[in-house]
Amino acid sequence: MSFEDGAQPEHLMRPTDELSAAQRRELIASMRPEDAEGVPELHEVDVPPELREQIEEAMARYPQLRSAAIPALWAIQRRYGWCTPDGIRQAAAVMGVTPGYLQSVASFYDLFATVPIGRHKVLVCHNISCWMNGADDLLRSFCDATGADHHDADHHGATSPDGEFFVKGFECLGACDIAPMASIDEAYYGPLSGEDALAAVEALRSGAEVLPEKALSKRQAAGGPEPEPDPRIAEVESR
Amino acid sequence: MSAETRLLFRNIDEPGLAGIDTYRRLGGYRALERATGEIEPGDLLESLEGSGLRGRGGAGFSMGKKSSFLPRGEMEKYLCCNADESEPGTFKDRELMQKNPHQLIEGCVIAALAVGATYAFIFIRGEYWEIADLLDRAVAEAHEAGFAGSDVLGSGCRVEIVVHRGAGAYICGEETALLDSLEGKRGNPRLKPPFPAIQGLYGGPTLINNVETLANLPHIVNNGAEWFTQFGSEQSLGTKVVSVSGCVQRPGNYEIELGIPAREIVYGLAGGPPEGRRVKAWFPGGSSAPVLTEAELDLPYTFEAMAEAGSMLGSGAIIVADETVSIPELALRTARFYQHESCGKCTPCREGTNWTVKMLERVANREATPMDLEIISSVQENIIGNCLCVLGDAMAMPVGSMVAKFRSEFDELLERQAVLAA
Repeated sequence: MSFEDGAQPEHLMRPTDELSAAQRRELIASMRPEDAEGVPELHEVDVPPELREQIEEAMARYPQLRSAAIPALWAIQRRYGWCTPDGIRQAAAVMGVTPGYLQSVASFYDLFATVPIGRHKVLVCHNISCWMNGADDLLRSFCDATGADHHDADHHGATSPDGEFFVKGFECLGACDIAPMASIDEAYYGPLSGEDALAAVEALRSGAEVLPEKALSKRQAAGGPEPEPDPRIAEVESR
Repeated sequence: MSAETRLLFRNIDEPGLAGIDTYRRLGGYRALERATGEIEPGDLLESLEGSGLRGRGGAGFSMGKKSSFLPRGEMEKYLCCNADESEPGTFKDRELMQKNPHQLIEGCVIAALAVGATYAFIFIRGEYWEIADLLDRAVAEAHEAGFAGSDVLGSGCRVEIVVHRGAGAYICGEETALLDSLEGKRGNPRLKPPFPAIQGLYGGPTLINNVETLANLPHIVNNGAEWFTQFGSEQSLGTKVVSVSGCVQRPGNYEIELGIPAREIVYGLAGGPPEGRRVKAWFPGGSSAPVLTEAELDLPYTFEAMAEAGSMLGSGAIIVADETVSIPELALRTARFYQHESCGKCTPCREGTNWTVKMLERVANREATPMDLEIISSVQENIIGNCLCVLGDAMAMPVGSMVAKFRSEFDELLERQAVLAA
């Protein structure tokens, strides 16, 4: 796919299942394999030194350098806010792969954004346990607080009009013990009420600490304080 | 005595346990010292097999047997720790890694030594970013102290530990999709055979184990395989960290001895549904397990009893739905997850999950006919056993069970009923 200087019309940069049949035809027509870029030469691409260092460090960590594809995409997303075509081209040059290859990897994974998204990322779990505990209302509260479109948020994620927030109904985040919960800028919080959503958004806007008392990192084991060990375990421990 | 039996969760909330000093003070890394000193790798393998430890990720396959499938001799072999924990309802590995990362690291190094792997990759889901940071710190400490790296405790064995963050895909918990993802590709499952034990990561023999499975190894090495077999039932040895969630008063992780009645977990530990409500259905092992009914709470919580009841122990995640939950809606939520997560590589799963969601939406909107219910059931039957991996089956089994066991709730929503009611 050719991405030269915004050659890709913006209305085609939506997820493909959101496009109309006519738009899909337009998208397919815009993809010309003969124009696909090969491996970019490192001297032709302007790669920020820290980014290059991060990617090369990842390449050295694995027996085979392609394993650095996902770490490289994370580095791009961290730096530019999403997996930008320019960022992908820079990583491709460092790794010696085609930009198309990295693009195909990025588009597979839910956490990589291949279109621009809001600065603060709010993922609201809407899977079974959170749903049974009020996740739908929580997602709506986050949308109300940020101004993100609720329908889009529930499907592919939505960015608030001011570009500050990206809100998305997400599949099980692995924290059903604090249902209903959300991942806010990669930290987990729960159980959350509508007021908590409002408070979290306000804290993000003002730069204050987000819901310190709802952070997962502070949660103790559900079974409470350490019970007396089972005799079979206590016996070997005392050896 | 508490209904909990804490082995992996022992001292779980001890301040500083995530750091190497506290972990060592409480006896940590003694097993690894033993494994590099007095025990031969062959004996290590034998001890794992003798313990009868079954995989804690979902399939419940014997850990020792899986390890023994790897060829012996000098070659590049790999260990992958599956920390992609994405099965809905499951959050045990998260707490194990967050609070006691060194227990996992010690288990990884022991497993790597047993099979002769030089690299141990911990594939952690990208959503667990804060926990991956914790793991990174713990791995650096372990390397620093010589418990991992180019020469583990002077044994001459090399075990490099690499924490690899995923990027959000349930399918990467499937072992061959995990390998593709780790190789830097889209996470599509591979056709088996060859199995990963023969040809896995980078084409080399690869052992793949769940976090909780590996976290058991230090205890087995320290106390012996025979000691381990006194916990649990005949075919389900050991303890299990069970994640209980949904309609319960005290959701969370509880470590129990396998074989206690499920009711004791749901009611005794997790407090059961809110006052005045009853359990309607429960998933015994994550959302991929067929649902069971209230009466089946009296079964012992073991691999074999759950299988006999037509379900599975899976990842040990119990999700409870009480009588306020609509089963057709639960079925729809369940199916939507698998529709979203299907990688699209093979047809029965890609199309089957999609059409199941469409039909369940018709049911929810009171637009379905009785024939739709028959089609839902037949679609599930046509998915099971016909896919590259078990993701399709993982939707077909629970959805099929909900239609079969709670048929009347679906019937009530049929179009004809809606017309009659009007």
